[in-house]
Amino acid sequence: MLTKGMNMKVKEMKTNLGIIKGLELSFDKVIDETWEEPMGPTPYPSITDLREWDMKLLNKFKPFYLPYCDVCCLCTFGKCDLTGDKRGACGLNMAAQQSRIVLLACCIGASTHIAHARHLVEHLIEKYGRNSPLDVGGLNIDLEAPITRLVCGIKPKKLKDLEDALDYCERQLTTLLSATHTGQEGSNLDFESKVLHAGMIDHLGLEIADMAQISVLGYPKADPEAPLTDLGFGITDVSKPTILVIGHNVPSSVGIIDYITDKGLSGKIEVVGICCTAHDATRYSSMAKIIGPISWQLRFIRSGLADLIVVDEQCIRADTLVEAQKVKTPVIASSPQNCLGLQNKTKISSKAVISDLTEGKIPGALILDPDKVGEVAVETVMTVAPKRNKYKIIPEIEKIVETTQACTECNECVRACPNNQPISKAVKEAAKGDLNPLAEILESCVGCARCESACPNDLPLHSFMVRAGEKELLGEKFKMRIGRGAIQDVEIREVGGPIVLGDIPGVVALVGCSNYPHSGKELVEIAEEFAKRRFIVVTSGCSAMTLAMEKDDEGKTLYEKYPGNFDAGGIVNVGSCVANAHIAGAAIKIANIFAKRNLRANYEEIADYILNRVGAVGVAWGAYSQKAASIASGCWRLGVPVIVGPHGAKYRRMLLGRKDKTEDWYVYDARTGDKIYGGPAPEHLFTTVETKEEAIVLIAKLVMRPNDTSKGRAIKLTHYIDLHKRLYGSMPDDIHLFVRHKADIPITMKDEILKVLEERKWKETRIPDPTLLPRMIRKKKGD
Amino acid sequence: MTVKAEPWQKAEIAGPKKALLIMKPEVVVAMAKKANRPILVVGHQAVEDYSNDVKMIDYAIRISNAAGIPMVVTAHIANECLKRGFSPAGSMSAMEIGNRLNDPQWRGLDGGGTYDLAMFMGLPYYMQFVILSGLKHFSPNLKTISLDRFYNPHATWSFPNISVKDWNENFEIIIDKLKGEK
Ligand code: SF4
Ligand code: SF4
Ligand code: SF4
Repeated sequence: MLTKGMNMKVKEMKTNLGIIKGLELSFDKVIDETWEEPMGPTPYPSITDLREWDMKLLNKFKPFYLPYCDVCCLCTFGKCDLTGDKRGACGLNMAAQQSRIVLLACCIGASTHIAHARHLVEHLIEKYGRNSPLDVGGLNIDLEAPITRLVCGIKPKKLKDLEDALDYCERQLTTLLSATHTGQEGSNLDFESKVLHAGMIDHLGLEIADMAQISVLGYPKADPEAPLTDLGFGITDVSKPTILVIGHNVPSSVGIIDYITDKGLSGKIEVVGICCTAHDATRYSSMAKIIGPISWQLRFIRSGLADLIVVDEQCIRADTLVEAQKVKTPVIASSPQNCLGLQNKTKISSKAVISDLTEGKIPGALILDPDKVGEVAVETVMTVAPKRNKYKIIPEIEKIVETTQACTECNECVRACPNNQPISKAVKEAAKGDLNPLAEILESCVGCARCESACPNDLPLHSFMVRAGEKELLGEKFKMRIGRGAIQDVEIREVGGPIVLGDIPGVVALVGCSNYPHSGKELVEIAEEFAKRRFIVVTSGCSAMTLAMEKDDEGKTLYEKYPGNFDAGGIVNVGSCVANAHIAGAAIKIANIFAKRNLRANYEEIADYILNRVGAVGVAWGAYSQKAASIASGCWRLGVPVIVGPHGAKYRRMLLGRKDKTEDWYVYDARTGDKIYGGPAPEHLFTTVETKEEAIVLIAKLVMRPNDTSKGRAIKLTHYIDLHKRLYGSMPDDIHLFVRHKADIPITMKDEILKVLEERKWKETRIPDPTLLPRMIRKKKGD
Repeated sequence: MTVKAEPWQKAEIAGPKKALLIMKPEVVVAMAKKANRPILVVGHQAVEDYSNDVKMIDYAIRISNAAGIPMVVTAHIANECLKRGFSPAGSMSAMEIGNRLNDPQWRGLDGGGTYDLAMFMGLPYYMQFVILSGLKHFSPNLKTISLDRFYNPHATWSFPNISVKDWNENFEIIIDKLKGEK
């Protein structure tokens, strides 16, 4: 059994000795006597402690609700029609219902990360001991846990120290979720504040998970030169037995890799992965390779290349077992969150399970012990692989031409396709023998197979596409820099100033899933645009994989062309989804290391700093998940705006500023207490764009901050105007809102900008020392 | 002929309040005529080829010109209008125009007052779906029309799912009649 530390706080206690006030007792808990930084105002904030800050944000960036449908069906009082100004039986209106759904999504996302973190910490403690030291960057990192320090006010040193923070996350999550019950919270803005709280604890969960695995599993520790790994559909050596791992939680993959190593089987078995487990397996061992993002699941499984599949948790297709059975591939489920209906074989002897699996007596097994997964997977795959002989269900071309004759051009497939692809036309061409249109569809295909489900003739359309695009798929062989983990303190020291002053125009985080509206190549274009312009481009998760999936004329991927250090012109892969913590962490570290702001339990001040000074913007071009929602909401509370691709409109609520309302953009000048117009910088906290061109221009705009120096603002304006001219064909119509005085004007564009300013009757303003917090004002009027 | 009011993307179901079907182009003309302050919102798909050489953007410009309805383009397509010698009344993101239309205090692009009719075309189907929904629920005084050739149920009025040919014919009639009514 695991034991852990205890903490007791007693406001007032009557004893025989008298009344004791403000007593705090801690046992076996992180109390760092050497940490001189004073405790800030909000250690372990409750769900209302940062409500005032949230309301400041929500006042600037007001929710724009986009309901999916008119009704609420969450309880048996309903269904309730909430159309327009109607209220449900419980009294709830549409705005509150939408924000409640957003909160539910963020609670789902946060719980996923926190449960993942809890599992990792417990598993690693069990295996390596409670006193295993935390170390995410060796001598290069003093500030090891920026989010944990900021939110909890603790400085964790050992694995066991993470448990307090996890307890806190779980308590908050339970309270947040309870607020969504019928007859609880009734105000949409309070729901929104809770959304932001969910996001903050989500980030804490991310950091705990990644810190634990980096420290104990020997991942790269904040290494800008983390090695390159193989990535792509075509990287598997088909002559070898192949284990495919899918999911996000690495211990079972570690079990497999360890078993292979221990048994001297290295080089004899392929271990390939999809999604974040693949990221983390490559961070653990050079043995692992990456197939691709989540949208690659069906195409790979159906191609028969995997001789055994191990799934852990998150973003795994619910029909994995069904699909695997079609190609005679056994499946091992390894997470309590995703048992797939399989028998629990954890306590049965490995030999018996291996025999059942190899003889096909069972289609798969649930094994909740990572080491046992390793043994069973490896022993099974060696026997199964020769029997399977890479059996696949991708039809031959002749068969496709024959079966597509049955197509009635009913268009059901097109109507089911999230990207409205011209599938029926392509099928018609296939029936005539031309498979190229089907191959083109694969390019913008998210691998959902909704087209197949919809086809009244049961045509296996996705498999047709895979066959049509087979040549390109097998040619997919790329290099990706593996996840480096955190950003070093010294890197922050070097770029902190240039970022805050605006010399480095911005930090662009390309993160999240692969639910892209078109080809993933659009994301590569976005990344390269900003790397060339010497922004800092950071990336993680499926987006980090997508960035590897395009080569230039010399055959190089972005990772081979751009360095992996956190500096201008870098393309920085931090790692899996949970490694997103390092992106938020970098922003927080800038406030601490560069600006010397106290971090400890000082959330509001740091978020205010980031919102007003750190030109960072998140882009989740293919976000689909609830986890992406909670990660985004953690960014919002921290003052980092997020852009999503078109499918992100379905998150049902944007947080939009109104640049036409001058009164919304005043900040305090901390030097004087004066209220000064800071401009719409950033203009939005959360918005959806339609096209990559729009995304690129908006990124360049959203990195502006009220604090930019004139030189920095001129640099940022140069990029914004240049991109707007190139992609929109004209000058932006809002330059006057971003020029504070004439020194802000990019010298090369002086004449044309002056002309615009004149037309707009522009007036010069001061550059403030910006803050939204009255308590940060150093000198009040009359002082 | 019966026409089903069925969303193009079949799962995009609205609920009790669904768009009325535009069975005749005259409906659009009448709505535009009745409106005091109409506006046309055109998304980026309007510049992607739809029916051989006729682009939606050309229809949109013709509608705007025929009835003197101000046109806002979203995403990056303003340039496509300029290339055609047409200056749109505004260029902003789909979310921004949706959000402004949702604000009863917004005085419009020209400061002339609140819009009472917004016609949409050329946004990705699912994006138009949710934006129309936002307007349906939170802008009681605004009527909306979806001019795409797919039934979009959160609008006040929408075409049913129609062929490119029918759609083009509808547009020709709308433009003709709007010109006449000018
Ligand atoms: S939660 Fe409220 S609005 Fe929803 S179904 Fe129940 S009573 Fe109706
Ligand atoms: S599998 Fe691809 S083509 Fe089929 S519906 Fe999904 S995205 Fe569209
Ligand atoms: S759903 Fe099937 S039958 Fe209908 S158009 Fe698509 S492929 Fe043809």
